[in-house]
Amino acid sequence: MDKRNAKRLADANKAGDTVQALTANRLSDGIVVYLDGQGGWTEDMAKARFAEDDETLQQMQGIADKAVADRLVVEVYPIGVMIEDEGPVALSVRERIRAAHKTTLTKDWYDVPL
Amino acid sequence: MYRYDEFDNTFVRERVAEFRDQAERRLSGQLSEAEFKPLRLRNGLYLQLHAYMLRIAIPYGELSPRQLRQLAMIGRKYDRGYGHFTTRQNLQFNWVRLVDMPDILDALADVEMHCIQTSGNCIRNTTADPYAGAAFDEIEDPRVWCEVIRQWSTLHPEFNWLPRKFKIAISGAAEDRAATEFHDIGLRIVKGPDGKTGFRVLVGGGMGRSPFVGKEIRPFLEKQHLLSYLDSMLRVYNRYGRRDNIYKARIKILVHELGIDKYREEVEADWEANRKESIDLPQAEYDRIAAYFEPPALAPRPVRDEGVDARRETDPAFAGWLRNNAKPHKVPGYTSVVVSLKEPGRTPGDASSEAMELVADLAEQYGNGAIRVNYTQNLILPHVAWSDLPALYDALAAGGLATGNNELLGDLICCPGLDYCNLANARSIPIAKEIAKRFEDPERQAEIGQIRLNMSGCINACGHHHSGNIGILGVDKKGTELYQITLGGSPKDDASIGSIIGPGFRAEAVPDAIDTIVSTYIAHRDEGETFLDTWRRLGAEPFKEALYGAR
Ligand code: SF4
Repeated sequence: MDKRNAKRLADANKAGDTVQALTANRLSDGIVVYLDGQGGWTEDMAKARFAEDDETLQQMQGIADKAVADRLVVEVYPIGVMIEDEGPVALSVRERIRAAHKTTLTKDWYDVPL
Repeated sequence: MYRYDEFDNTFVRERVAEFRDQAERRLSGQLSEAEFKPLRLRNGLYLQLHAYMLRIAIPYGELSPRQLRQLAMIGRKYDRGYGHFTTRQNLQFNWVRLVDMPDILDALADVEMHCIQTSGNCIRNTTADPYAGAAFDEIEDPRVWCEVIRQWSTLHPEFNWLPRKFKIAISGAAEDRAATEFHDIGLRIVKGPDGKTGFRVLVGGGMGRSPFVGKEIRPFLEKQHLLSYLDSMLRVYNRYGRRDNIYKARIKILVHELGIDKYREEVEADWEANRKESIDLPQAEYDRIAAYFEPPALAPRPVRDEGVDARRETDPAFAGWLRNNAKPHKVPGYTSVVVSLKEPGRTPGDASSEAMELVADLAEQYGNGAIRVNYTQNLILPHVAWSDLPALYDALAAGGLATGNNELLGDLICCPGLDYCNLANARSIPIAKEIAKRFEDPERQAEIGQIRLNMSGCINACGHHHSGNIGILGVDKKGTELYQITLGGSPKDDASIGSIIGPGFRAEAVPDAIDTIVSTYIAHRDEGETFLDTWRRLGAEPFKEALYGAR
């Protein structure tokens, strides 16, 4: 984790101002998705629904359970997110990589700042 | 290479039809994910970080141009235009869609390929010397036995649900280029007392959380008994291997805990008790399979070529490539060419569809139609005429495939890590790229000489960090990626497991640390010493001092 992100995480933990999103993989193609405010699934984490409390998260989980039963998504789990001025940022490196949907084939030197 | 007969074709097509039905039932809701997951895994389909990943078996790393072109087509049509060659000589596509899977399997079956037993607790693809049939130091071509093992182990009723996955490697040459000492079973073709060839059999090697170098169970096994002996080795493992703890389920733990003598006793007792003749391969069947591996008819040619000599004098990049990437061949005037997938800046082991097509074309034009995958994540054209090297080099260079860094620092092995892998703790690809960038200068690499740098994104060690002269292991320390460095590993005949040199490094500090290690080696090496020689002579102290002394 770079210094900026380490600081973000530390500050978030201090301030306790993280929110949670539900992420999953779409069944048909495996692509990373997030539960959105309309009960659908979006590839763009910025459009995800964010829970600020357990009750909301539980309600979201209920929607996700139905989506699993309806064969829309698999492997649902909650992730921690910080809401920054420039948009939501996942707390873990792993989730920032998933949110980026990036490949690393390009001949450029690694170009996803994380 | 081996060609499917009618039985093989029918079998693979039936598997495709079966999976098509399973995928349809999953998508229509007749199968739950819990029911479907083991079925898709049995066909090499994983769900990874970003998407589904499909692992395609490349039996003992051998490909025809037709097969490589089909892989290129699949990459272009069903993935994002590239694939990743792995340390098990297989190919992985990282972005396939479940809905396309049956068609992909059909496309693979069109060229006699499949994904069966690329996952699950079964016997996986056998690793082989990628220079088989070409190497100057070869005693006997191991591919025939690889194919025998493939046919024996595919859907083997007794060994399809082992305690854990199972990997076999065979080398038929004087030098071990298949890391046989780091496999569940390692087989070395050796000459016996009467001059006949047979197998030196090793067992219980492996990497992962508990790395072990394989132990000798038999110094010499007559060839005709290979299958019955493997049968007994697997049976004892199947009976006593632990199924209660995934971390202790590999055969290496069983051999370690029982001790090699007790394990041998059990195997030999089983072998004696069971009728060997019923399992061992009849000579006629061996001969039938061996006929597929007849080497190409290469007429000896002059060992020098004016064109090559002239180019070497005037073009240092070509000279470096020639020195490192053209390996000695058993037929005079020929060479085996390493097609580097380690161009600085690229992900080690990745090949675009265009690169695959180029290699397929060049294999036909210059390489007698043969292509191999090395476990070090490069491709090899095993049979190239020496005089064709300048033309081949130019064609490869146009596709970014002529980096002359084989077995140098830039030829590092790197697993997919946290950029793709669901099990990863840390990224490996960007670290590999930064190291490659640091050592991009070919002169610096030449000065360092042969060295093996291997990196894994977690303790599962797919990037073989334990056997790297320099190994890097990514760990997750309270949310931060940290990189532990090990020194002194070797995958070759002097196989050894690297030792952790000290506290880990943050990502941005890793290239400096590698630089320090390499500079320490250069400062201390005696003439002609490899990194490993110097390490073994001096031990950890000078490296520790250089890395941590100022702390
Ligand atoms: S070593 Fe770990 S991170 Fe790398 S590919 Fe294997 S399981 Fe994934």
